[in-house]
Amino acid sequence: MYRSHVLVCGGTGCTSSNSAAIIEALEKEIEAKGLSDEIKVIRTGCFGLCALGPIMIVYPEGCFYSQVQVEDVPEIVEEHLLKGRMVKRLLYDETVHAGDAIKSLNETNFYKKQKRVALRNCGVIDPENIDEYIAYDGYQALAKCLTEYTPEQVIDIVKRSGLRGRGGGGFPTGRKWELAAMNKADQKYVVCNADEGDPGAFMDRSVLEGDPHCIVEAMAICGYAVGATEGYVYVRAEYPIAVKRLQKAIVDARAYGLLGNDLFGSGFDFDLHVRLGAGAFVCGEETALMTSIEGNRGEPRPRPPYPAVKGLFGKPTTENNVETFANVPQIILNGPEYFSSMGTEKSKGTKVFALGGKINNTGLVEIPMGTTLREIIEEIGGGIPNGKKFKAAQTGGPSGGCIPADLIDTPIDYDNLTAIGCMMGSGGLIVMDEDNCMVDIAKFFLDFTVDESCGKCSPCRIGTKRMREILEKITSGKGTLEDIDKLEELAHYIKENSLCGLGQTAPNPVLSTLKFFRDEYIAHVVDKRCPAGVCKALLNYYIDPDKCIGCGLCARACPVGAISGSIKSPHVIDVMKCIKCGACMDKCKKIKAISKR
Amino acid sequence: MKTLEELMAIRDKTRQNMTAREGTGEVTRVVVGMATCGIAAGARPVLNTFSQEIARRKLAHVTVSQTGCIGMCQYEPIVEVFVPGQEKVTYVKMTPEKAAKVVADHIVNGNVVTEYTVGTVEK
Repeated sequence: MYRSHVLVCGGTGCTSSNSAAIIEALEKEIEAKGLSDEIKVIRTGCFGLCALGPIMIVYPEGCFYSQVQVEDVPEIVEEHLLKGRMVKRLLYDETVHAGDAIKSLNETNFYKKQKRVALRNCGVIDPENIDEYIAYDGYQALAKCLTEYTPEQVIDIVKRSGLRGRGGGGFPTGRKWELAAMNKADQKYVVCNADEGDPGAFMDRSVLEGDPHCIVEAMAICGYAVGATEGYVYVRAEYPIAVKRLQKAIVDARAYGLLGNDLFGSGFDFDLHVRLGAGAFVCGEETALMTSIEGNRGEPRPRPPYPAVKGLFGKPTTENNVETFANVPQIILNGPEYFSSMGTEKSKGTKVFALGGKINNTGLVEIPMGTTLREIIEEIGGGIPNGKKFKAAQTGGPSGGCIPADLIDTPIDYDNLTAIGCMMGSGGLIVMDEDNCMVDIAKFFLDFTVDESCGKCSPCRIGTKRMREILEKITSGKGTLEDIDKLEELAHYIKENSLCGLGQTAPNPVLSTLKFFRDEYIAHVVDKRCPAGVCKALLNYYIDPDKCIGCGLCARACPVGAISGSIKSPHVIDVMKCIKCGACMDKCKKIKAISKR
Repeated sequence: MKTLEELMAIRDKTRQNMTAREGTGEVTRVVVGMATCGIAAGARPVLNTFSQEIARRKLAHVTVSQTGCIGMCQYEPIVEVFVPGQEKVTYVKMTPEKAAKVVADHIVNGNVVTEYTVGTVEK
């Protein structure tokens, strides 16, 4: 019995800000103080509040330490673990009541509105310890399916829950399972898509890192429902921690007989394999993913035949995303009504979003479907830094679109997003403020799709490249109004003619920015001006002669000697020499005599 | 693993060791004074005895934690027991043997061990 448990985040975010060294120092310090038998250190998955990492939680007090450094460890051990005095300066302010009482994490703005289903064990259990997963009802759902339900009943439960694919498309999961179950074959497969490629999305990684066993369990349940005995998890090689924990989970599950032959004495056999992807975005598309598992170059193929008929190795295959699977054990354990009671009419349950960009609480949040964008940004996300104004949020990464500020009260679910020309996508949510140029954002995502287009079909291969060229023309001030029309026409053409989801959705960022921020495009081509002051070719730096006190700081900071003037008299920028690096403006923060326009 | 019972056995066993993580709520808290004065007077063995006794008796609803100096250093080791809905009970000059008795009488059976409380000792 350990009287105290110290949980340290071992997700990728906190690991990259040195949580591994913190754990090591903590264990050493605890040992040195002779507390090894009393205090247990646990490396968990992601807590979600990545902006405040590395995070440490000390139980039973439930004390939330944020931005812990290795140097803080001796103080935490000496003061808190040994003497029971919390280290107040490291506490997350939101958890401290007036009078120094600690309030529960669930009462803070960041966690209050969240409802954790897919992420329920992340940051709670040790992901590398199968017993801790079992302690929180792990593998009970599998046992229940195998001993109490027929495969048809399992499919029926998933159907009634209203669960839809969390990878982007939103196809009903129960229906997908049913289609695969209907096809008779000597061998079927279950595939888990963990090839999370959207820039800014990291929920699949966090589930695999924080709760790998729930994927193992859900895939076995799926296998039982559709009649498959083998499963593959296709995970990016760029997620080393996730891969390692998943592989350990599979080994441990086999050792306990939770994978292998005759599970729970039911006669059902199931085993899992891990395949690493080399990081091609197109491999997140289901047919390309299966082609890649087969050992071929990751390229999509035309559908039909759909994978439920002819998928991996030519056999019926059910493919689901990590987050979709993560919901399954909870649906089985708590019943379909539990799940369908959350969310909106056509989008049930919760959705995990990776909050990023211009927002205070960067991190991972899980909210019931139908939560408005305003709640996510202002309450959970803690608003926009530096008092800037919210301009738009981008969802769905390079396949999605943006939600402008006047639609901030839209309840987020599959259908509402589609209606405004957006897409749920895998759940990346990038917040933008008034300093972001929407044309530049569209160009950023097109740069990505041009790089990631596999090249198999010409609309995508050539079309996206042409679109990017037009956008470059516009951002460099050489665009015309006809270019905007051409861009729009090309976008529709690519959308309709591409082979797979990558090409079909690649023009979305352009189309949705054109829809909501057309005036910004027009400002670029007609006024030759970038309203947000981002596109370098369209802006010049000026010194206001009335404000300039002639201190000469800017002239010394200029790397190309473009600023001239004598001390104590106004300076001038030579626009021909200026490279628009902004160094002078940074130096002139107090006087604010330099502006860009 | 072939049966649900085996699974549940692992579940119950591991869950026991994870109660510390379930936060406060309807739990009984045992708080041991662990400032310099407490440690010098022998608070550590007292704390360990509480942990061991509680684990041995599988008392899932009891947590053990420490606190700083309460201000009555001459009475250390001091232990406070908070049972939900009841007055706090303060035990003074504790020893491992007394700790075991407090677990058995007070925490398990609900009878405050009056002879060890601060009120009795002060008289």
